[in-house]
Amino acid sequence: MTVQLDARPPVAPAPPPPTGRFSRLDTRLSPYLYIAPFFLLFAVFGVYPLAYTFWVSLHDWDLLGTEHPFVGAENYTRLLADVDFWHALVNTLGIFVISTVPQLLAALWLANLLNRGLRARTGWRMAILVPNVTSTAAVAIVFGVIFGREFGMINWLLDLVGMDPIGWKSNRFASWVAISAMVDWRWTGYNALILLAAMQAIPRDLYESASIDGANRTRQFWSITVPLLKPTIIFCAIIATIGGLQLFTEPRLFHSGTNPIRGGPMRESQTLTMYMFENAFAPHYNFGYGSAVAWLLFALIAIVAAVNVLLLRRLGGRSGPDARKETPR
Amino acid sequence: MSRLWRASPLTYLALVAAAGLSVFPIWWMFVVASRSSDAMGQLPPPMTPGGNLGANIARLFDNTDAYFLTGLINSTIVATTVTVSVVFFSSLAGFAFAKLRFRGRNALLLVIIATMMVPTQLGVIPLYLLMTQLEWNDRLPAVIVPVLVTGFGVFMMRQYAGQAVSDELIEAARMDGCGTARIWWHVVLPALRPAAAVLGLLTFMTTWNDFLWPYAVLNDPANPTVQLSLRALSDGYYQDMSQVFTGTAIATLPLLLVFVLFGRQIIGGIMEGAVKA
Repeated sequence: MTVQLDARPPVAPAPPPPTGRFSRLDTRLSPYLYIAPFFLLFAVFGVYPLAYTFWVSLHDWDLLGTEHPFVGAENYTRLLADVDFWHALVNTLGIFVISTVPQLLAALWLANLLNRGLRARTGWRMAILVPNVTSTAAVAIVFGVIFGREFGMINWLLDLVGMDPIGWKSNRFASWVAISAMVDWRWTGYNALILLAAMQAIPRDLYESASIDGANRTRQFWSITVPLLKPTIIFCAIIATIGGLQLFTEPRLFHSGTNPIRGGPMRESQTLTMYMFENAFAPHYNFGYGSAVAWLLFALIAIVAAVNVLLLRRLGGRSGPDARKETPR
Repeated sequence: MSRLWRASPLTYLALVAAAGLSVFPIWWMFVVASRSSDAMGQLPPPMTPGGNLGANIARLFDNTDAYFLTGLINSTIVATTVTVSVVFFSSLAGFAFAKLRFRGRNALLLVIIATMMVPTQLGVIPLYLLMTQLEWNDRLPAVIVPVLVTGFGVFMMRQYAGQAVSDELIEAARMDGCGTARIWWHVVLPALRPAAAVLGLLTFMTTWNDFLWPYAVLNDPANPTVQLSLRALSDGYYQDMSQVFTGTAIATLPLLLVFVLFGRQIIGGIMEGAVKA
């Protein structure tokens, strides 16, 4: 296409730009027309629901009731005194921390391995990215079996090295570990590729002068690579925050049997989003209370993301302006 | 390239381990899917495929609780529709943001970026109420319409259009009397093709995978998406694991197929996006 247009011989001088009424309307209005679908859709299915969630959260609103009396902050005060809510909050933060930290460290390490002259480069990249493209629901079911108590592969391996079996679904901390393993399995490779792209954008001569100055490879990694990657690391951390605090599918499908929405008989790994579902949909159908959970979760995400941005400001200043000009190979 | 650090045997060893961990659960899923249900109780666990795949598939499609075939058809309809629509509208909007001048352009672009940070999942409750009013509960439009165009898509197309389409070309087309719509169709869209392909692939996979919103709004067990069929299988009172795994394997297969065919482009898209972001 490009070639064809460029190859057109420059015959007679270009005609004057069209000035008809239609074309003026076209240049003025078309841009709005083109971006309108997004804003329309987002207004109806994005902004409106979020705002309306707040409105609903101020009411006693359930599925069957015909009236929705205004109750002010009652849902919120009830929620703050709700043991199960705090339990779910601790679960969410616990799973978030024990999944995100090892995930980013492993991704950094993998990216560093991939940032070398490798045979079959694309093959390795595809192999570590494949978990990210599989169905989350399917993976959660498979991991549920791998971490099974009686016939699970992990407990079998533990048995081989002489350890007692672990109740991966009945012990609270163990279930956090199992779910974190699932999350990390899915996201480590993805983050590694993002970090790899940023690593490749670091100018090579920085390393050359460092080795002339006598810095070995480990030293170079910690003094050059990691500081220059900080913005990207924080970017990955923010994405992990938004996703991790809303974790739902993995813990939901890790459990089966009766009331799996509780994340285990004693709510061992019920996350906040699961708690919101339990209250807003089956079995309780209390939309008001569920909406209050949604807003507190929203607030939590905003707070954690704000902390991340503050970190970004403090740590991100050291990357040079030329650091990201090269395109990834 | 010559100045890259060389890879030692240790590097390859570590990569083999990482790749093995990545691939193993998927491999094992197919192993169990191809064996009889006794495989679940065997220790050490079987690691090679058996000959039971056909029988498992037959039982899966006969399972009256899972509606697996309906799920497959529904997911295909939903993911295809959403993909076509997202690519179409995102490339239009991305073109407008990258190449057209209009009042409020920068502010509106900032709004789009901000929407990418808003966890819209949290709006499921009023969205559910809205769907009730529209009488879309239990019906596919409920999971199609809200995602017909995404902020991510618009932003990605805008980034790509900014560098892939030259202003001179657009100016030339305008001089020849092309309206903006024809410029988009004849000049911009051909140049956007690589990015549009990546966006399409990512959108297809995300939509195929979506669980939370369909789980909330499609409550009729007879009209699920494939992920909801998996849930029905997994929550079933009597669990026949080789049948469940056959379901997970079939639900994963289209994604793997897309990935094997277009993995290079997807990886390129992720890595380029990372540098530009």
